[in-house]
Amino acid sequence: MSQPGLSTIVQIRDAVAAGDASAVEICRTALAAIEARDPDLHAFTTIDREQALARAADVDAGHDRGPLAGVPIGLKDNICTRGLPTTASSKVLAGYTPPYDATVVERLLRAGAVIVGKTNCDEFAMGSSTENSALGPSRNPWDRERTPGGSSGGSAVAVAAGFVPAALGSDTGGSIRQPAAFCGLVGLKPTYGRVSRYGLIAFASSLDQIGPLTHTVLDAAICASVISGADPADATAAAEPVPDYVAALTRDVKGLRIGVPAGLLEEGVEPELASLFQAALERLRDLGATIHSMDLPHAGAAIPVYYLVATAEASSNLARYDGVRYGHRTGRADSLRAMYNRSRDEGFGAEVKRRIMLGTYVLSAGYYDEYYRKAQQVRTLIRGDYDTAFAEVDVIAMPTTPTAAFRLGEKVDDPLQMYLADVFTVSANLSGLPALSVPCGFTGTNLPVGLQLTGRMFDEAGLLRAGHAYERDAGWWQRSPSA
Amino acid sequence: MSQSLTREDVLRIAELASLELTETEVETFTRQLADILAYARQVQEIDTTGVPPTSHVLGATPLDRADDPRPSLPRDEILKSAPDPSMDAGLFRVPRVIG
Repeated sequence: MSQPGLSTIVQIRDAVAAGDASAVEICRTALAAIEARDPDLHAFTTIDREQALARAADVDAGHDRGPLAGVPIGLKDNICTRGLPTTASSKVLAGYTPPYDATVVERLLRAGAVIVGKTNCDEFAMGSSTENSALGPSRNPWDRERTPGGSSGGSAVAVAAGFVPAALGSDTGGSIRQPAAFCGLVGLKPTYGRVSRYGLIAFASSLDQIGPLTHTVLDAAICASVISGADPADATAAAEPVPDYVAALTRDVKGLRIGVPAGLLEEGVEPELASLFQAALERLRDLGATIHSMDLPHAGAAIPVYYLVATAEASSNLARYDGVRYGHRTGRADSLRAMYNRSRDEGFGAEVKRRIMLGTYVLSAGYYDEYYRKAQQVRTLIRGDYDTAFAEVDVIAMPTTPTAAFRLGEKVDDPLQMYLADVFTVSANLSGLPALSVPCGFTGTNLPVGLQLTGRMFDEAGLLRAGHAYERDAGWWQRSPSA
Repeated sequence: MSQSLTREDVLRIAELASLELTETEVETFTRQLADILAYARQVQEIDTTGVPPTSHVLGATPLDRADDPRPSLPRDEILKSAPDPSMDAGLFRVPRVIG
């Protein structure tokens, strides 16, 4: 929104409810801002102008009065939308238009949200910078020469640039939290099973979760309340009741025990980020929390375990792209086998092929026990470390990333370096735990940095409460990029 | 890592993965996958004697839904997504399989 005072869900919703702005006006403003500035930033891959305006008109006519009534929202392009192209930023799905809505989309629409379009991401959500998008990278509004992070980078840009107050992303190893940190936003990766994955294009099925990117924790709580809950279409969506996340934001963190994994912080965190992290802990202490040094003995193995497990699952999930039922088919094949192989080679980008290859290798005869099974066993140990830790503390704090946003092009030729940047985020996915990234300050060159809080299974409420108390006291969220 | 990934390994994996790689891709992947696997080998140093593998993190058994018949997606709408559909016959066409 370019109108001052209309940048958050709460501000927009209240303005619409009070009659100070119509949903159509809000929607037009969002579309105009996208039209003017997105050719440069590339947050969106598809804009749904007509449908968005029609939805907004419905809201104004009073047919929809949900918690997101009239709120424009962006959706990562790996979330299926009926009648609106969904490509996961891959050439293999160019032009694909799903015949159904993902469950989260149905829930957003029911809550009155106005979906304005689909956001750019690394192809099939594989990457940390959006540079693996077949449609080209997105730019960070805080410094357009830098990446917004990934893989939900387009969602982060759409919110950080002020186009929409909220966007959904997906997080398999940090893909919501890392771009949120790089763009000065709140990002929530819910507990595995908290949000239905029906209609999310699968990357690694035991790790994937959908979640919101927003300016404030309150906005994240509103989105989480809307999208969470059991779903007959997803057997892994938990029956656990969904608490009132908004009511949980009491700002009371007195006696909250925050664990800090001391050893992990030696893993190449830039000094500037380390001191911003320490300052955030101080602030939480001033608010009444207690800080406890603790240990996650197997945390150092999280990245290799993650890349073995995630690529194995990806190689299996991506076997479906065979050029038969949907997606790209090669124009030059006279046998079925050649049609499969060439369609896949032409359709997938380099990083996706690299991961399919790695996953196929670790699942193949002779290497399964040595790599895949071993990784699954270490996954058990990593999870066990958290179980042990949560007997002593309520929340675990870490920097979301070891560095602030890196430059576009800086890591594209070195996949392993790109993977190492996920050091603090992958464990939550391997363990299934919820994790929240909240802005915790800026570097000397005005790049935002994130504080990550990880909680017990299904304790989104506790995480959001702690994040909200910190955010209201620190006030970082009020800064916006001048770009 | 002492034992490195060979070009033959990469070609064999590509075949298993149904990927027809270009010559450049074969070269690049041989180097990059060797690097990644060398890094990933550190998991082999961790003692996992008697540790069960984790394949998912679901607390309870997955939920069953009521076995109520529901309409499936319309056939024509599904076929429209296919690269080479036969709308009349209701089929996906592929290159000839049996000579």
